[in-house]
Amino acid sequence: MTSSAPATEQATFTDADTQADPPWVAIVWNDPVNLMSYVTYVFQKLLGHPRLRAEKLMLDVHLKGRATVAVGTREAMEADVAKLQGAGLWATMARDK
Amino acid sequence: MRGFSRRFGRFSASFTATEATVIADLVDQVRQLLAGRRAESGADPLARITGMNLAPSTQPRDPALVRLLPNFSADDPELSAALRTLREPDVIEMKDSAAVALLDSLPRGGGSVHLDEQVAQAWVSAINDVRLAIGVRLNITDDEYEGPSGLDPSGDEMAIFATYRWLSAVQDSLVSAMIG
Repeated sequence: MTSSAPATEQATFTDADTQADPPWVAIVWNDPVNLMSYVTYVFQKLLGHPRLRAEKLMLDVHLKGRATVAVGTREAMEADVAKLQGAGLWATMARDK
Repeated sequence: MRGFSRRFGRFSASFTATEATVIADLVDQVRQLLAGRRAESGADPLARITGMNLAPSTQPRDPALVRLLPNFSADDPELSAALRTLREPDVIEMKDSAAVALLDSLPRGGGSVHLDEQVAQAWVSAINDVRLAIGVRLNITDDEYEGPSGLDPSGDEMAIFATYRWLSAVQDSLVSAMIG
């Protein structure tokens, strides 16, 4: 897999303690039942990702075992994870680090 | 079943009576699983007093339900318990509505279906839930799974696996028609 990490180091870091509402992320995990076509469809339809982005995230899930598919407030990630689980994806949420 | 195709903005396919019965039975079994889980929440005294729709904070016992209703956090049991209580009823409702929309649009005696976008979305979701439940029953745990091993090919598990593969093809053809 090629890395999508930026080539340059970030020069400054945001102190997490100064942030009132640190972002949360929604994570989708690989599972052997969900079809690649369906996972791509769900990322497009439920999360509004463009097709190429959805396909890349699907491949990340498939090849790396997991991918961060959304970032936002805790409330927003609760709603996204519920929607993804409703559609049958194995989704969890975590505080962004 | 020749697979779904898109015509005039609708997604069309036809099913034999046997195929329609298989789909309806399996979708109904998932509904029953979910209904069993929903019934557990009635036992919660807080839910009874407040009238709020709250789920138990603990994971279901049935492994198929564990897969259909996963924890919200991979590593924080307290967060998982809190969010399960609040959010699991919504997740169950999404799955149940999709199942009902599929059942309402499937001709029981067989025949053709012409699904609009919204109902087609319910179909792929409801069929996926059936496949997830079967996947647990067949113990499909990795991407390379190729079928029940060391079993009589005429056995029940082989028949379930054949159904699973057929449902995968139905789902894939509908998804392909929708994103194609």
